Amino acid sequence: MDFFVQQTLNAIALGGTYALLALGLAVVFSIMKLINFAHGELMTSAGYVLMYCGLHGVPFALSVALAILTSTVLAVLMERVAFRSVRNASGATMLITSFAVATVLQVLFQNLISSRSQPVLLPNFLSESVTVAGFVIGNNKIVAIVATVVMLGFLDWFMKYQKHGIAMRAAAEDFAVARLMGIRANTVIAGAFALSGLLAGVAAVLWVSQRASVDPLMGFTPVLKAFIAAILGGLGSLRGAVAGGFMLGFIEIYLAAFLPPDMQEFRDPIGLGIVVLLLLLRPNGLIPSPGLGAVKA
Amino acid sequence: MRPIRQEEIQVASALLTATSLKVRYGAVEAVRGIDFEIRAGEIVAFLGANGAGKSSTLNALVGLVALASGKVVFDGHEITNGKPETLVSAGLTLSPEGRRIFPTLSVADNLRMGAYSVVSKQKVAEAWERVFELFPILYERRNQLSGTLSGGQQQMLAVGRALMSGPRLLLLDEPSLGLAPKIVEQIFELIVRLREHEVTMAIVEQNVAMCLEVADRGYVMASGRIVFQGNASELKSTTFLQDAYLGGN
Repeated sequence: MDFFVQQTLNAIALGGTYALLALGLAVVFSIMKLINFAHGELMTSAGYVLMYCGLHGVPFALSVALAILTSTVLAVLMERVAFRSVRNASGATMLITSFAVATVLQVLFQNLISSRSQPVLLPNFLSESVTVAGFVIGNNKIVAIVATVVMLGFLDWFMKYQKHGIAMRAAAEDFAVARLMGIRANTVIAGAFALSGLLAGVAAVLWVSQRASVDPLMGFTPVLKAFIAAILGGLGSLRGAVAGGFMLGFIEIYLAAFLPPDMQEFRDPIGLGIVVLLLLLRPNGLIPSPGLGAVKA
Repeated sequence: MRPIRQEEIQVASALLTATSLKVRYGAVEAVRGIDFEIRAGEIVAFLGANGAGKSSTLNALVGLVALASGKVVFDGHEITNGKPETLVSAGLTLSPEGRRIFPTLSVADNLRMGAYSVVSKQKVAEAWERVFELFPILYERRNQLSGTLSGGQQQMLAVGRALMSGPRLLLLDEPSLGLAPKIVEQIFELIVRLREHEVTMAIVEQNVAMCLEVADRGYVMASGRIVFQGNASELKSTTFLQDAYLGGN
């Protein structure tokens, strides 16, 4: 029972990080129909800011703020420099553009910083743990869960009650008509990228706080997972992205915890098999996006 | 002082003037050089068969499709190929064909988006009041997801949403499309009431009879050209209209 509760907390913490990343992908996709594979590099950039801040003794709270600010600004720049000119191009063109942006940034990280993994100095309290009702819980897990809840709450409030959030949802449903209302295409797209950068920054802080290191390809794996989560949840659907992120987190952690030892090496294929099975049952994802042409089951 | 001629007065009071508009989709020419004007306070009908270029004309006015050539002047300013997001604050908006409300937004949020470009809080408050007075049903359903409204209610929402921006010229693209006859009547009654609110309107319609009941003037289009223009009674009696729908020229 003990072990089960521990693993469930781990699953929520990991799933939450996937959810934040998947949400970042979904916000951009829902408006621009772009799958931004350079999302991982936003994470990596925030990771390097944490590394440099650690080296220079910047207080942790400030370095977290700087890291998140960096990925947010980088996301907006990415849109301005790379994606604006291909905005009306085909999905394939935009996808290739995002791969190019990702590659350029990875090479820059390798050549300007280091191709090897760098340690990130973290405050001690993150590696400590507390005992709650007889359960030992790592502080970093608590931080991850709290940060996820706060971010999801913030995003829900923003999308439901803020004029600009509602405008983003309107643009996601019908971009041309949203423009007729006076909703500026550039503003709403830049806003979507800023949000995705913000989410990637928070996810990066959580990711780094579990591993205490950063390398040029750090963002690749989690964003690939987040992409799977976004599809599992229903591509373009924000609630779906959250659901998919948590679902994937639970699948991964429970398989790692409860699969017999001799089957552990098949963990990933089994996990992806479950995802495929879920998609066979629900081809449009767990919570499909109403705006997209639905796949007929 | 020379006497002012009749046509000069007309030009002076034109709210929107379009000169030799052309719209092209690839190799297909949808609108082939048309001229028209819409005067303040008028209801102007654009009639003609499917594919005659009526919707393309309206879409081109608000910048949703690009003009291949031509010139559009609205309220004394040239707005040729203006961006849709800037035209709404100038007082020109379109209620698009097929309603195109935002289905997963509540009725109130749809209306709120309609007033997105309005800066003055007082004007927004007035717009809410006006729209809820015109459409009490939208007030009743304000917290409902708009995708769950009936077709007629969705059309009212689409018109209400367009009215939230306080337009001086409202373009209505097929407002009666797919609606039951009784609802169609309501929509046209509404159009008459809107005129009392000093909204000038251009209407693209399939329902010719109803449209000519409310319109002052109209243009008949066929194959991307205007083949006839006149006031409502002239339009009712012309054979151009039948020809335009039957595909003759």
